[in-house]
Amino acid sequence: MGEGILLSAADIDFMVHGVFPYELFGQTVWITTTHVCVLIVMLVIIGFCIAANRVVKHAAEVPGTFQNIVELVVEMLDNMVGGVMGKYAVGFRNYIGTIFIFILLSNISGLFGLRPPTADYGVTFALGIMTFVTIHFNKFKHQKVKGVIRGLCDPWPIWAPINVIGDVAVPISLSLRLFANILSGVVMMALVYGLLAKIAVIWPAALHVYFDLFSGAIQTYVFCMLTMTYITDACTTE
Amino acid sequence: MEFNTNFILGCSAIGAGLAVIAGIGPGVGQGIAAGHAAAAVGRNPGAKSDVTSTMLLGQAVAETTGLYGLLIAMLLLFVKPLVP
Repeated sequence: MGEGILLSAADIDFMVHGVFPYELFGQTVWITTTHVCVLIVMLVIIGFCIAANRVVKHAAEVPGTFQNIVELVVEMLDNMVGGVMGKYAVGFRNYIGTIFIFILLSNISGLFGLRPPTADYGVTFALGIMTFVTIHFNKFKHQKVKGVIRGLCDPWPIWAPINVIGDVAVPISLSLRLFANILSGVVMMALVYGLLAKIAVIWPAALHVYFDLFSGAIQTYVFCMLTMTYITDACTTE
Repeated sequence: MEFNTNFILGCSAIGAGLAVIAGIGPGVGQGIAAGHAAAAVGRNPGAKSDVTSTMLLGQAVAETTGLYGLLIAMLLLFVKPLVP
């Protein structure tokens, strides 16, 4: 047996850990590292929001540094949503902006030593379910029941089961894409730091830039883009 | 007939290796997308940013099938569903 590899393999650690258990309706439920990391990300976002709120309330004619950053972020998200959704963008700027900032911060939180919350399927599946509910709520709102049934029986009525499977696959593929991308980054970084601990000095920074920053940003963009496309598709009536 | 745990672990490792072959498809697909994007930028350099963002979106979507293979490999290696 290769003793060296096996011994150092003991340091490889990328799983979700339980922090402390508690009882809920007779079941033992664990608070895990994911909960802690989501909480930290949320605290950072809430702190940013409070600061942004204060600065926007006393908005100056000539914006300072922080006001500039806030305006830049809001304008960028507004343009992104407006460019994709067109006339349906009005009600969705808040939602898309929120999930964009949350997923982006979650993905790049690996840089700051956290385990990215999006590398837990519970988090990404919740995001996928939110998208699914939004899509179908808007479908019923804009196309009415008649339009939804007509959409289900698209070429012929016998096609309905396949259309239902296609609808159900949307949140699953959305959430699995985000989850697997971030998880692969987490596993690669854990392998590098676990197996090559002796020579992992400066060059892992390049891997961090790719796996955490580039991949995280791309996946955030893709998730929001696909969500917007699906919602616009659901809003469009014939 | 009885199999011991080590045999099942070895077979899981082989299965994980086979599952990761799924990465061939997305590799070819992303290469095709990148090649066509390069041709498009060569023909119309003004539309570089639009072409790049479209290419990245398409590549990220094409990557999904490879990631499914990766997930199967991860499940076989780390969750060990076949070990009794």
